[in-house]
Amino acid sequence: MSNQALPRPRFNAPEPERGTKAALKIEAKTGPLLQGKVSEVPDALFAGAMRLCGLAIVALLGLIVYQLIEGSQLSWHAFGWKFFGQSDWNPVEDQYGALPFIYGTVVSSILSLIIAVPLAVGVAVFITEMCPVRLRGILSFTTELLAAIPSVIYGLWAIFVLVPIMREYVQPFLGKTLGWTGFFTGPSYGIGMLAAGTILAIMIIPIISSISREVLVVVPQHQREAVLALGATRWEMIRMGVLRNARAGIVGAVILGLGRALGETMAVTMVIGNRPEIAKSLFAPGYTMASVLANEFSEATGDLYLSALIEIGLALFLVTIVVNALARLMVWSVTRGQPAKGMA
Amino acid sequence: MSSNLAVIPQIVVPPISWRRRATDRLMTGVAVLTVILVLLPLFAIFAYLVYKGIGSINLAFLTQTPKPVGEPGGGMANAIVGSMVILGIASLMGVPLGIGAGVFLSEYGRNRYGDAVRFVSDVMNGVPSIVIGIVAYGLVVLRQKHFSALAGGVALAIMMVPTIARTTEQMLLLVPQSIREAALGLGVSRWRTTLSITLRTATSGIITGVMLAFARVAGETAPLLFTAFGNQFWNKDINQPTAALSLQIFTYAISPFDEWHRQAWAGALVLIVLIVSAVAAVRLAVRHGKLAGA
Repeated sequence: MSNQALPRPRFNAPEPERGTKAALKIEAKTGPLLQGKVSEVPDALFAGAMRLCGLAIVALLGLIVYQLIEGSQLSWHAFGWKFFGQSDWNPVEDQYGALPFIYGTVVSSILSLIIAVPLAVGVAVFITEMCPVRLRGILSFTTELLAAIPSVIYGLWAIFVLVPIMREYVQPFLGKTLGWTGFFTGPSYGIGMLAAGTILAIMIIPIISSISREVLVVVPQHQREAVLALGATRWEMIRMGVLRNARAGIVGAVILGLGRALGETMAVTMVIGNRPEIAKSLFAPGYTMASVLANEFSEATGDLYLSALIEIGLALFLVTIVVNALARLMVWSVTRGQPAKGMA
Repeated sequence: MSSNLAVIPQIVVPPISWRRRATDRLMTGVAVLTVILVLLPLFAIFAYLVYKGIGSINLAFLTQTPKPVGEPGGGMANAIVGSMVILGIASLMGVPLGIGAGVFLSEYGRNRYGDAVRFVSDVMNGVPSIVIGIVAYGLVVLRQKHFSALAGGVALAIMMVPTIARTTEQMLLLVPQSIREAALGLGVSRWRTTLSITLRTATSGIITGVMLAFARVAGETAPLLFTAFGNQFWNKDINQPTAALSLQIFTYAISPFDEWHRQAWAGALVLIVLIVSAVAAVRLAVRHGKLAGA
C-alpha cells in the first residue's frame, strides 16, 4: 500500500504492451464492461490458491509442532520434567536426562557471544561510521560472504586449522595465564567447549554485524550532528549519539545471533568432543542438544531412545522460537518495521 | 567586537583534552582491529579451502564412487549427483509454494492474516535445521520405513519456503502500484495482472531471492543426516538412501584417514564452487534477459 504515494504512472514502465494486448483480446470477445463478470471465477480461484500457499506456511509450522510433540510423548510420560534436570544419558539402560546437552548448548552459545559481540559491533560501527565510502560496499559484502559458507565447511576448517591452533598455542597460553580461574584447566585436547565457542563466534559474526549495521544506519543523522556540534570527538559521537540510540536494536541483533548459535549443528558437532559431561573447564569436551541429535538420531534403537531425542529437538525448537521472536521484536522497535535485509 | 567573539568561544568550548583525543584514536584503532580480526578467518577459510582442495580434485574424484577404507582413489561422483537430485526435489516443492506465499503476502496479505503469515515465516527462518530434519523424518522416513532422497528433499523444501516467501514479497512490493493500476484499468483481470504484470516485472528480484534460498540449503548437512542418510554407491531411486556432498564431507572429515580428509577438502571446494556457480549462472541469465520479464 505504501506505493500509492508514488508519482503518476511511468509510461515507459516495463512491458506495458503485454497488458494492453491481453486487454484488447478480452475486449474483442466481451467488451470491457462485461469483463468483470467473466473473470470473477478465475480471479477467485487464483486468490484462493495464493491464500492456500500463505496458509501452507502456517500449516508447516503447525506440522513441525505436531510432529515434535507427538514424537516426544513417550519420553515425556516416562520422565516428565525430570528429563531436563537429570545428567544421566545412558541408552543401554534406557535412562535419559538432557542436562549435559542443555548445559553444552548454553555454555557454547554464551561463549560464542562473548567472543562475537564486540567484534561484530566493532565491524558494524566501523562500516557505518568510520569507513571510507569506497571500502564500505566491499567490506559489507565480504562479511556477508562469511554467512554463505556452509556449516559443514566451517567444521572441516575448524578440525584441521582451528583445533591445532587451540591445542598448540591458545590453550597452553590461557592455561598459564588464566588457569587459576578454573575455566581454563586440564589437558589441551584442542577439541572441546572453547573450540566450539570460537567456531560458533566466527559463524554468527556476519549475522550480528549485518543487522547491527542496519540498526545503526537508521539512527537519524541529526543525532550525530547534534552531538558533534556540542564539541564531541568522533568516538564520543558514536557512543552517545549512535550506540545509545541503537541499543535495543543491537541487543536484538545479538539475540538473533544467539538464536543461530543455539541451533547450529554441524560445525559444533565436529569440534566439541561429543561427551555428555558437565565440566567447569572450557578445555573439556562437551555435547550440545543439536549435536546429540546429529550423532545419535539415525542410530537410535528403541522407541524411548528416539522419543528422548525428539524431546530434545522439541526443547531446542521452543527455545529458538522464543529467542527469535524476542529478537525480531527488538530489532523491529528500532527499524520500525522496515524489512531488515540481513534476516531474510 | 571581533576580539570579543574570539574570546567567548574559548570560555564556552574548552579545547578537546588529550585524554578524549586519545580515547578517540584508541577506539578508531579498536574498530579497525575488529575488522581485521573478522576478515582473518574468512581469508583463512577460503585460502585453506582452495589450497587443500585444488590438489585433491582430479577426474577420478568427479567420476568415481567412494572406495572402501584403505584403498586410495575413488571420488564423490554419486554424492555430487545425489546433492543435485535432493536439491532438485526440494526446489520443485519449495519454490512454487514459496513464491505463491510471497504473492499472497504482497497482493492479498495486507491485513491481519498476512501479518500472521509474515510473523510465522520469520519465526520459521530461525528454526534450527536439525529440527526440520526430525520433522521430515517423522513425515517421510517413518512412513516409507527407510531413508530416501525424497525425505531429504522435503526437509530442504521446508527450509526454503519461508525465505522465498519473504523475499518474493519484498520484491513484489517494489513494483509500483501504478503499473498494477494501469493493467487493471485496461480491463485485465486481477490474476492476469498479478501473473503477467507484477510477477514479470519483479522476476529478476524473485529469482535472486530463490537463489539465495537455494544457496542457503545447498550446503545443509544436519537435516540430511537422518533423511537422505548417505550412500556409498550409485542410486537412481529417489526412494532409497542417497549420498549428498555435504554428508560425505562430514563423514570424511570426522574419519581418522588422511585419504578421506583429502577428499573432504576436495568435496568442500566442489560444494562451494557448485553453489557459487549456480547462483552466478542464474544471475547472468537474468541479466541477459532470458528469464527477465522486464
